[in-house]
Amino acid sequence: MSNTLRPYLNAVRSTLTAALTLQNFSSQVVERHNKPEVECSTSPEVLLKPLVVSRNESERVLIEPSINSIRLSIAIKQADEIEKILCHKFTRFMMMRAEGFVILRRKPIPGYDISFLITNFHSESMLKHKLVDFIIQFMEDVDKEISEMKLSLNARARIVAESYLSTFV
Amino acid sequence: MSAEQFQLSFSPLTGVAFGPDRTQVAVSPNNNEAQIYKRSGDSWNLETTLAEHDKLITAISWAPQTNQIVTCSQDRNAYVWTLTDGIWKPMLVLLRINRAATCVKWSPKEDKFAVGSGARTIAICSFDEENNWWVSKHIKKPLRSTVLSLDWHPNNVLLAAGAADAKAYVFSAFIKGVDAKPEPTVWGDRLPFGTICGEFSSPSGGWIHDVAFSPSGDVLAYVSHDSTISIVYPSAPGEPPAAHISVRCPSLPYLALSFVSESSLIAAGHDCQPVVYSGSSDGWTLSQSLDDPNNASKLTPSSTGNRVSSGGVGRLNNEAFAHFRSADTKGQSKSSTASNVAGLTPVGADGLLKTVHQNSITWVEPYEWGQGGEVTKVSTAGKDGKLVVWPISGAGKAGGLAGKMSGLSM
Repeated sequence: MSNTLRPYLNAVRSTLTAALTLQNFSSQVVERHNKPEVECSTSPEVLLKPLVVSRNESERVLIEPSINSIRLSIAIKQADEIEKILCHKFTRFMMMRAEGFVILRRKPIPGYDISFLITNFHSESMLKHKLVDFIIQFMEDVDKEISEMKLSLNARARIVAESYLSTFV
Repeated sequence: MSAEQFQLSFSPLTGVAFGPDRTQVAVSPNNNEAQIYKRSGDSWNLETTLAEHDKLITAISWAPQTNQIVTCSQDRNAYVWTLTDGIWKPMLVLLRINRAATCVKWSPKEDKFAVGSGARTIAICSFDEENNWWVSKHIKKPLRSTVLSLDWHPNNVLLAAGAADAKAYVFSAFIKGVDAKPEPTVWGDRLPFGTICGEFSSPSGGWIHDVAFSPSGDVLAYVSHDSTISIVYPSAPGEPPAAHISVRCPSLPYLALSFVSESSLIAAGHDCQPVVYSGSSDGWTLSQSLDDPNNASKLTPSSTGNRVSSGGVGRLNNEAFAHFRSADTKGQSKSSTASNVAGLTPVGADGLLKTVHQNSITWVEPYEWGQGGEVTKVSTAGKDGKLVVWPISGAGKAGGLAGKMSGLSM
């Protein structure tokens, strides 16, 4: 195991804190609209350079800041087939209930497993450091959750196999 | 003396303007209404609500001598409110813009105001006596993005603007029939409408969040999203500036700034605390933070990782072992907490920030002047709905403090 989790999370935390400097910005293109610029990307001058923080090939975070919104996409570690399936089911479960998570995006960015969209309205109604904490907590927990699910799945498979095969002993 | 703070709303204050005698304040609680609060003792009571806009009000400006309020909003309109028989009467301004109005400011003589907009236009509005309405002239030319801030030169003619195209401009907003021919300044001597007297970029291409002229108007400062404050000392019309100083700030970008004297200014923004900068054409430095002086050292990054373990040194020393194991597997570490991450405002045990403002500060302005004309108090307002009045007794002579601070941080 590598001890890269901590610097990885610290890098994400600093980047996220710096990126969460949002302000209200109404659209320059469509009259009387106010949209997240990172999603419609119609005004290139209000978008900042996207940034990837990567722990290894499979675990990385993409942060795309703009003047009134940021999009954060996470690629979750998937070592084998089971983890791939579990991760897909898990993120799908969450994204189907995106309203309940407020900042969750309904679809991930291609190449990533789950995406968040934070707009200036979120940063106005919630404490910014709590938002950052939430994302970091999520990143910590999702790995734990998936490996726990994998363990219990394996244990269950073993019990099932034992009880079936015990008839032949 | 500590800061007075007032929670005017639980939503962001999007426009703040004090009345002439500072007993009234007009704010917009992040919606389409402007509210006028009157001060009684230690609290502010809601007096009137100005409801005419149908989208978020982005800025409010209150003319102290003529007692008129101008509000502008994302519904592309601006209204001038006049107090007649105790009631604020709105009058629509013919802005002729087709995107949101983002900022508004009365000129020093209060016969004009400027409205910045998302239509890449600044509308300079003046009153047309003949038709009894406010008409506007547009500055369009070099603007390539939304205008985010405006400030008037004390001579009532020059106007500074900061835009999302990472440029700060100085324009002439001379209107025939309203202005007399202005005295020549360092910015220019012939000033027909729309003349560009200065165009300055932010050092690393960040949006200009706020611009401000110094009290004399001979210095321009602007804050940009690349976490810098730039101060421009112009030399003569058409010449490159005598000094163009950029100061990198130690934390997140500032959203607002205001001069308190020729040699000091106050900036505030995403790090939730107002900060005093002082200097001259030779250079500017951060001199102090107004928020909580006994935590003054919190701007300098605190050192991490020098924690001495209580047990003896050993390969399997339990505490050290557990410490590294938890750092490895869970990404947790006792010695370095979130507050050590660069750019983060320290968080208290109750989960709130240790600063007075709990969210970004979006507005800074001088609040009270002393007998010698020096600023003694400034007020700030932010996204947390708080209005705070800060005493700045030492800001005028902050040079000594700057020396102390530089010694501290090294």
